[in-house]
Amino acid sequence: MADITFNDIIKPENLTYKKSRLMTDNVMHYCPGCGHSTAHRVLAEVIEEEDLQSRTVGITPVGCSVLMYNYIDVDFQEAAHGRAPALATAVKRLMPDKFVFTYQGDGDLAAIGTAETIHTCNRGENILILFINNGIYGMTGGQMAPTTLEGMKSSTSPYGRDIATMGSPVKMADIVAMLPGTCFVTRHSVNTAGGVRKLKRAIKKAVQYQNEKRGTCFIEVVSNCPSGWKMTPVESNKWMEENMFPFYPLGDIKVPAE
Amino acid sequence: MTEEIVIAGFGGQGVLSMGKIMAYSGMMQDMEVSWMPSYGPEMRGGTANVNVILSDERISSPILRSFDTAIILNQQSMDKFEQSVKPGGTLIYDGNGITRHPERKDITIYRIDAAEEASKLKMIKMFNMFVMGGFMKVKPILKTEYVIKGLKKSLPERYHHMIPMNEDAIKRGMDLIKQVQ
Amino acid sequence: MEKELRLMKGNEAVAEAAIRAGADGYFGYPITPQSEILEYLMEANPQVTTGMVVLQAESEVAAINMVYGGAACGKKVMTSSSSPGISLKQEGITYIAGAELPCLIVNVVRGGPGLGTIQPAQSDYFQATKGGGHGDYHLIVLAPSSVQEMADFVELAFDLAFKYRNPTMILSDGAIGQMMEKVWLKPQKKRSEEILPWATTGKPATRERNIITSLDLDPARQEKFNHKLIAKYREIEENEVRFEEFMTEDAEYLFVAYGTSARICQKALQLARDEGIKAGLLRPITLFPYPKKRLNELADTVKGMLAVEMSAGQMVEDVMLSVNGKTRVSHYGRMGGMIPTPEEVLENMKSFIKG
Repeated sequence: MADITFNDIIKPENLTYKKSRLMTDNVMHYCPGCGHSTAHRVLAEVIEEEDLQSRTVGITPVGCSVLMYNYIDVDFQEAAHGRAPALATAVKRLMPDKFVFTYQGDGDLAAIGTAETIHTCNRGENILILFINNGIYGMTGGQMAPTTLEGMKSSTSPYGRDIATMGSPVKMADIVAMLPGTCFVTRHSVNTAGGVRKLKRAIKKAVQYQNEKRGTCFIEVVSNCPSGWKMTPVESNKWMEENMFPFYPLGDIKVPAE
Repeated sequence: MTEEIVIAGFGGQGVLSMGKIMAYSGMMQDMEVSWMPSYGPEMRGGTANVNVILSDERISSPILRSFDTAIILNQQSMDKFEQSVKPGGTLIYDGNGITRHPERKDITIYRIDAAEEASKLKMIKMFNMFVMGGFMKVKPILKTEYVIKGLKKSLPERYHHMIPMNEDAIKRGMDLIKQVQ
Repeated sequence: MEKELRLMKGNEAVAEAAIRAGADGYFGYPITPQSEILEYLMEANPQVTTGMVVLQAESEVAAINMVYGGAACGKKVMTSSSSPGISLKQEGITYIAGAELPCLIVNVVRGGPGLGTIQPAQSDYFQATKGGGHGDYHLIVLAPSSVQEMADFVELAFDLAFKYRNPTMILSDGAIGQMMEKVWLKPQKKRSEEILPWATTGKPATRERNIITSLDLDPARQEKFNHKLIAKYREIEENEVRFEEFMTEDAEYLFVAYGTSARICQKALQLARDEGIKAGLLRPITLFPYPKKRLNELADTVKGMLAVEMSAGQMVEDVMLSVNGKTRVSHYGRMGGMIPTPEEVLENMKSFIKG
């Protein structure tokens, strides 16, 4: 084994995985073990594989993924906190042939932007809403989010989320699934290879439905926040599986009739 | 020539639309016009009013406090606008429901019992056009042919069959108006 | 549609002029006294004639952010509202200014603060001309004083917005919005199909990706950007000042008023001249940029200036800054939806003259 050099390994026939050409070389600011980077990668792969780059407009939120436009090589608009679906509405109405998506966290989509989320889904705008739910405000340093679980500690619920005074965690996917405007509502995760593959298939479906003008597609990704949760990446994934998945079960919530 | 007019009465009496027809007619007659309504839920005792200006010149203020002509269709408006007629100006009022008749001595006052006549002839919806006719008689600024043109321009096509009835009401209004002072 | 003479409300004129100017989209939310704009557009249904999108949003906040999204695609987009709704839009407006996007915002002002009244006022002057939202920025602000200008300024506002990549506001009020006057409408313009180089329309292989953002976490770069904005505003001040003068040649006293107040002052001016008072009127048409230079010149020839506003005294501060102590400046205003009459304006000019 000692005789094998670096150059012996880096050969085309040994290639098993290649970064999407749409992922830029910018160093990501995400914490080690965070699900955002994987979700970005899957989305970039779909845009590349479906040949959508020249007609994609993405809308980034305020939150950890505020700088997403640095990492994927498509046109981007940076929205005010919670307003991404309003921007996306106008983009799609004015340029119906574009592929339009928003990428939003739980604070953005389920707290300050609730009205925009509900009404965009209710109008059935032909866009994809990609919702990253890690149950916490990551960027501002780990405050309680609308999706923070009961009893879960955060910097603004230091004794754990108290339902009596702080309300219950909001299941946004279930709420928007009730609206006739949504055509496809599904919940995924990126903590396993299998989960990543399923998410990718879901995004591809959303592209198809958007092409067919079938209504709003809403994909939730239940994710982790090692820094905000104050855990190692491995611990955070385990905690997510044991606590988040039972409350936010993975799988399709609403699928269009084929 | 500049004629500054206020029309005031209850909502539903066709106050705003009479003003609109005046403005349209003035426009058809190549005059400068402005129409400034009171708007929103009324807060002044149930009155609706509109300022209309007809002029040969560029109109300066569309909002006025004193008027050449006040057309007054209820008591509240009488209380509010009698004093705003310029000395030497004109006040036209419908006697229906008026408990205190105008008292000014320095203006010309006309009475037109349009509500009574319109009700008698079962032409209630034409009430404001009776009043319009009266105004046109005592202030011959707007010509009937241009009022008809104005109606054609302002009314949707589906109401055009009612234009002859409007014309009839204008004529009756011209006969109906009486100078009381 | 050909050139056409119509009798219209100011609000209706804005709506029709927007269609005819080739606007791509309108996003709004009902509020008195400007709901006719949205109503008119919904009835005209320009989607089927020119392809213009008209959408009733769930809130003023959503509407201005739709404008942001549309403007970021390089489209000619607009919204309208009245004072409380414009306050809600301020977040979106500062983002639009920060992202250097062109758009039109119409404010048909009503009295405030708070829910206030639905009657006309000019008490949003500070908000319109000094920024309004957070951060160092300016809108280009046009103040129509007639229904004709309500129509004409729509196209002008779009032209200025795209020339400088800066949001433009038409600052009107309930009186101009609600009153009807004659208006010459311009012929229908075709909507532009030009793809602007900075717009987010999908990245082709031939250019770098376009990013529309107002965020820069590096303070040095952000400051550089602030300087760039300031330079733009200076350029606008250099090139785009618009105003109108009445009888200023021999004027000893000057009314300074915009919008509805300027119309009232025109009448007060006639009344003053009838009484032998040598009054004049300067009507700023652009409130940002403000006609500072001209007012400063006039300060050399007049004995005093009276700013007349339907506010507690907002524009008067710009008059004072313009004349910089060279002449007496005072203010007369009504508030709460009350509109001054020409007679009372004249009375106030007389007492101002007495000193």
